[in-house]
Amino acid sequence: MVDTIQLMPISYYLSLCSLLFAIGVVGVLIKRNALVIFMSIELMLNSINLLLAAFSVYHNNAAGQILVIFIMVVAAAEVAAGLSILVVTYRKNNSIDMNLLNQLKG
Amino acid sequence: MEKYIFFFLSGLAVFSALMVLISRKPVHSVLYLILCFFAIAGHYILLNAQFLAVVHIIVYAGAIMVLFLFTLMMLNLNIVGEVRKSVLARVAAVIAGGLLLVTLVAALKGLNLSTSLSANTQIGMTSNIGKVLFNEYMFPFEAASILFLSAMVGAVMIGKKEEEEEMTNVQMTNDK
Repeated sequence: MVDTIQLMPISYYLSLCSLLFAIGVVGVLIKRNALVIFMSIELMLNSINLLLAAFSVYHNNAAGQILVIFIMVVAAAEVAAGLSILVVTYRKNNSIDMNLLNQLKG
Repeated sequence: MEKYIFFFLSGLAVFSALMVLISRKPVHSVLYLILCFFAIAGHYILLNAQFLAVVHIIVYAGAIMVLFLFTLMMLNLNIVGEVRKSVLARVAAVIAGGLLLVTLVAALKGLNLSTSLSANTQIGMTSNIGKVLFNEYMFPFEAASILFLSAMVGAVMIGKKEEEEEMTNVQMTNDK
């Protein structure tokens, strides 16, 4: 199997992932819809995943890609728990405004 | 050739990520986020990380975003309408995000990375990933499965309707 893939310079990946991460941060800050905030968090996690995979390929070390798999596991678990909390919040006040979540006092 | 694909995928990812924030309806946000995830999967393929690309599509586009869509359609948010933050808060948020981006890029610019690229990497292949995962990372793998189980149980516990609430609902439907 002879496939020589010409890799981009790692700085391109750094810039792209920084940009995606910043977009995710802005999304968390400007939105009040809790669902969109969750999506922005997913976006941030994905930019980190991409950077981890890129560095893993550049250093020829598979540990980075294993870490990406574990991040995916944690993201899926987080979404499952978070969305069920959102459903309960919606059932109580008919809205998923993020400010309503200050009712969650332990 | 790879250069064009890289820039196309990057542009697609950034565009759809921006559209997630710009679009008013949450359903559109979800669909744009799925597009963004497909662009990132293309990046994985470009990096020759084929296993990650497939797992990324299955887990994110197939499971997580479907979960988002289900929740969104169950809650019926488009009728309620979106509450928005004030203009001042939004401008401040965009400035803060832009500052973060500038800081990240400036900090990473000074980094002197060796550009000795191994052009013919095979580490992203499924067989290699599987060998590493089940030899060196066996315990974290099992711990992740327990984490999943607890998340599943927690989601069911939280999302379950309470007993009294259910009774009143049943009564209300009976009254109707």
